[in-house]
Amino acid sequence: MNQKNIAEIEKEIISDFSMFDSWEDKYEYLIDLGKQLPALEESYKTTDHKIKGCQSNVWLIASYQDGNVFFKADSDAMIVKGLVSMLIKVLSGQSPKTILEAKLEFFKEIGMFSHLAQTRSNGLLAMIKQMKNYALAYQSIKELENK
Amino acid sequence: MKAPEIKPSSLTDKTADSGQRTNDAEQSAFEVQAIRAQFPILSRTVNEKKLIYFDNAATSQKPQCVIDALSDYYSRYNANIHRGIHTLAEEATLAYEASRHAVQEFIGAAMPEEIVFTRGTTEGINLVANTWGRQNINAGDEILISGMEHHSNIVPWQILCQEKKAVLKVIPVLDDGTLSMEQYQHLLNEKTKLVAIVQVSNALGTVNPVKEMISRAHQSGAKVLVDGAQSAVHLDIDVQDLDCDFFAFSGHKLYAPTGIGVLYGKKELLEAMPVFQGGGEMIKEVSFERTTYNDLPYKYEAGTPNIADTIALKTAIDFIKSIGKDQIRKHENELLDYATAGLENIPGLEIIGKAKEKVSLVSFIIKNIHPHDIGILLDNLGIAVRTGHHCTQPLMKRFGIPGTIRASFALYNTKEEIDVLLAGLHKSIKMLS
Repeated sequence: MNQKNIAEIEKEIISDFSMFDSWEDKYEYLIDLGKQLPALEESYKTTDHKIKGCQSNVWLIASYQDGNVFFKADSDAMIVKGLVSMLIKVLSGQSPKTILEAKLEFFKEIGMFSHLAQTRSNGLLAMIKQMKNYALAYQSIKELENK
Repeated sequence: MKAPEIKPSSLTDKTADSGQRTNDAEQSAFEVQAIRAQFPILSRTVNEKKLIYFDNAATSQKPQCVIDALSDYYSRYNANIHRGIHTLAEEATLAYEASRHAVQEFIGAAMPEEIVFTRGTTEGINLVANTWGRQNINAGDEILISGMEHHSNIVPWQILCQEKKAVLKVIPVLDDGTLSMEQYQHLLNEKTKLVAIVQVSNALGTVNPVKEMISRAHQSGAKVLVDGAQSAVHLDIDVQDLDCDFFAFSGHKLYAPTGIGVLYGKKELLEAMPVFQGGGEMIKEVSFERTTYNDLPYKYEAGTPNIADTIALKTAIDFIKSIGKDQIRKHENELLDYATAGLENIPGLEIIGKAKEKVSLVSFIIKNIHPHDIGILLDNLGIAVRTGHHCTQPLMKRFGIPGTIRASFALYNTKEEIDVLLAGLHKSIKMLS
């Protein structure tokens, strides 16, 4: 997998957002990211794949290939979909270890979420937690297989 | 103990910053800027914008006199109540009991013994479910609630029904957000032991005809609990006129602090009910063999109560009375009509809950746009609305929607703020389309 490292991707995202001055433009860009994220097949939109703790529906599925975790997700709220699209950009295709260690500081640097409370209400924290849970599960499986 | 009094006359005085005052003649009798000046939080900014607080149905903001009452209690006469012989204990006890009398008058109860202080509406309902409910509900009995209940007036009864093998029945909600009175009559029968009904829907704003419903329930031999969480701040409450058996409400929705609520119960019911929580305060005599319980209402107030917030509840009630509920209602209804008219002009917007009798809250959805997205964008404009299911998931399911956007208005809101909301909605819709 030719995945760039997390720092590079985060830098790209920060640079993309730095082009916008107003919150309106930043949100419009985020909404566009949401629109561009391919919709998840309806068959995946089940309770099992729903992330708890979000006000809107967010479905997340993960797969494991050649030592890396791949994510697909969808949401019925467009801004939330934009957020999850950024998370996928950064975390999908990375190793479980990298995902678990990711600090995701770029969310602060793009200047949209200065308060943690905002990330709670938009479900970002819950999405990150769920992605890390998947990484942890795949890591445990890998460790078991290596024994 | 002296809370700053707000006299209605001082509210009609011309304020110094007349430039900010509204020119709207309709608002002149009720001087909204003078009222706003008493709520310090309203002068803060959110995301560099002036705060517009439209989440009053969740909790209202607090006037300075309520904030001062808390500070005054802790600064001057903090003491545990009822048994202390010293001056501070006496002052605290007097203030605490004065609050009970204020509540008694506020809701028209026959006597102060019928006023039990709780943490809020939820605790009041749970108290009834755990005491009266456990004593009186048996296998096969029916408890009747409505399809627009808050989860806190569903779950306690569900738990009780499971324990007692009783049956929970639901009065259906019609398309306009009112209850089917026809179905209500149909559902009432000799097995119905309790009707637990919300007076004002927190999600739709509907005012239910509880007086009529109570009368029908009593004819059928059922007791009635009224959830007054939303109604107590907007409507004139007279529990004797309503003839309800229980009435529960929260302080924090009527400008008082969080953590203080009231359960009203008819004396004969409260006397016959078993105790809720055991501990200090609620006892008469304790030995290891046997405990006798205290008189009403202390029987239901185990442990050191929430003294400061209880005292400040009286300050909030005095604040409301000083302006007058009818004046407040007139102002809030104007806001509701103004907001409703403005919202109806937005293409794709649908108001959920179109009852003729509504309090000042409006719930709506926008075609192809998730409420959550609107909530996030409005927050960036400094506007606080609530989005989601409003703790009424069965009701949202009934309307086939994930949730709504809800703007709820209080006495300090203005038409100018509604204009900002309407502009914010236009802007948000444009951004999301």
